[in-house]
Amino acid sequence: MSAAAVTPMVDADRVHKRFGRNEVLRGITLSVAPGEVMCLLGPSGSGKSTFLRCINHLERVDAGELRVDGELVGYREASGKIYEQKESEVARDRSHIGMVFQRFNLFPHKTALGNVIEAPMMVLNLSRTEATDRGRALLDRVGLLDRCDAYPAQLSGGQQQRVAIARALAMEPKLMLFDEPTSALDPELVGDVLAVMRQLVDDGMTMVVVTHEIGFAREAGDQLVFMDEGVVVEQGDPREVIASPQHERTKAFLSKVL
Amino acid sequence: MAERPHAIEAVPVRHPWRWVFAVLIVLIVANAIWSVATEAQLEWSVIGEYLFSEQIFNGIGLTLVLTVIAMTMGVVLGVVLAVMWLSPNPLASGASWFYIWIFRGTPVLVQLLFWGFLGAVYPHVSIGVPFGGPELLGGSSNELITPFMAAIFGLGFNEAAYMAEIVRAGITSVDEGQEEAAAALGMSRMKTMRRIVLPQAMRVIIPPTGNETISMLKTSSLVSVIAVSDLLYQARLIYSRNYNTIELLIVASLWYLFFTSILTIIQYYLERYYNRGSRREPPPSRIEHFVKNFLPRHDRSATEPLPPRSGDSK
Ligand SMILES: Nc1ncnc2c1ncn2[C@@H]1O[C@H](COP(=O)(O)OP(=O)(O)OP(=O)(O)O)[C@@H](O)[C@H]1O
Ligand SMILES: [Mg+2]
Repeated sequence: MSAAAVTPMVDADRVHKRFGRNEVLRGITLSVAPGEVMCLLGPSGSGKSTFLRCINHLERVDAGELRVDGELVGYREASGKIYEQKESEVARDRSHIGMVFQRFNLFPHKTALGNVIEAPMMVLNLSRTEATDRGRALLDRVGLLDRCDAYPAQLSGGQQQRVAIARALAMEPKLMLFDEPTSALDPELVGDVLAVMRQLVDDGMTMVVVTHEIGFAREAGDQLVFMDEGVVVEQGDPREVIASPQHERTKAFLSKVL
Repeated sequence: MAERPHAIEAVPVRHPWRWVFAVLIVLIVANAIWSVATEAQLEWSVIGEYLFSEQIFNGIGLTLVLTVIAMTMGVVLGVVLAVMWLSPNPLASGASWFYIWIFRGTPVLVQLLFWGFLGAVYPHVSIGVPFGGPELLGGSSNELITPFMAAIFGLGFNEAAYMAEIVRAGITSVDEGQEEAAAALGMSRMKTMRRIVLPQAMRVIIPPTGNETISMLKTSSLVSVIAVSDLLYQARLIYSRNYNTIELLIVASLWYLFFTSILTIIQYYLERYYNRGSRREPPPSRIEHFVKNFLPRHDRSATEPLPPRSGDSK
């Protein structure tokens, strides 16, 4: 299968983003094929989260082209013109993209199961029974079926993050975004979350993962992108980049996290 | 595994000052009761006679109806105003700002009088095509805006301005990550507000709303200026006939006190409900708290064996 024949799941072409006078993304070009796992690495402040948030339009791209599954993010093309999307169109596009946050962002007033079934009921209009069946299956998949009635405050960080993954999966997304999913966790809890993510990789999910877990990037990633100061410094096969980084900045960064 | 150690049997911290204050307070209260019972020139029988009289009950009914309707109006309109204030639409937030500026900036008594005497300025009110077009519904102000309606408008519109501020504080207290997570799941702004943000904001909104309700119960007594026969109005009617002023004020006060007590209890349970998920254990009730912090603990936990440690998940 030639690379040009399939529509990339994520296709960024010279993407720029600025906050005020601070240009955070300065021409990001990369592409993620369906089923591929891309790991994003880079020092703090390099724009990793910002780029991830552009993919589901939590941030608006200023210049360049960003496409998900062939469609422009945040805009609609018709007869050679580009229109800004309506709120409902943005929401519909987001519902196909799962996102997992560093700080979990579970809904604290809902149980684990309540968190998972909320969007299927509210966005996909599933009945409560349908959503509950789906939610219990997903909580089982992340190993938390016995905790489905617990509130987030009663769960450990690792358990919360696994519920958050189940919540995102409940929308049956075609793409999953992870923003440092294990950085807020105690070391002994990281493994459980990574195991769930590895399982997703095996199931063929397309994923963009911002992470400092070099082991995960090496074993589960198809591509590794190293970003610094809003540009892609180096990218390629994770094993190669990690074993023999070409760029000085990559070398310096890897020597610190390895 | 080593044998389980004995439960700790420590002497609890003593609080001698609590006892000194307790004795002092008991003395003051006892003296007050004794003086009222023996010295005050009160006709107790009058209080007994009117406490459960029909006229007073009518007043109570009206006071409660006014409180419920005005508070409902205040809460609903307050949520709308708060959401408008925080909306990205400058027209909506401007309108909300203006509303609050007007209705919070003028005394509620003035607003009541204004609605009460609207008929004097606008003898005829109608709904229809603006700028003098044909009218669909209309009538004389004095018929449409009865004193009761004027009371509802006066109290409700004023309350909305205060509730808007309370709701706004509640909404802004909710972590931004919550809205973001809901947005990332594809939920619309409105659904996010209703399902995710407002329920969490409730924790911050409920306590001051309880205060507002209690305050409304009493503020509603102002409506007697536009001849609405609430509890206080009825009490005043009675004492204007029999001159037992203080006795009837006591009757009214007892009822106000009774209903504010009930509201306080409701508020407690509401707070506990909306706190769920934010703490690992529900907070102790007032009485539990009192027992725990006042009476010396002949500690149950010191004599009973320790409960087994709850194992970590699974
Ligand atoms: N909403 C915002 N408004 C203004 N500046 C922002 C905003 N979000 C991010 N920035 C800035 O953009 C830059 C990149 O931030 P970003 O969060 O993308 O970095 P990151 O690579 O994810 O870093 P980290 O590893 O610390 O998470 C930072 O300088 C940050 O201060
Ligand atoms: Mg980040």
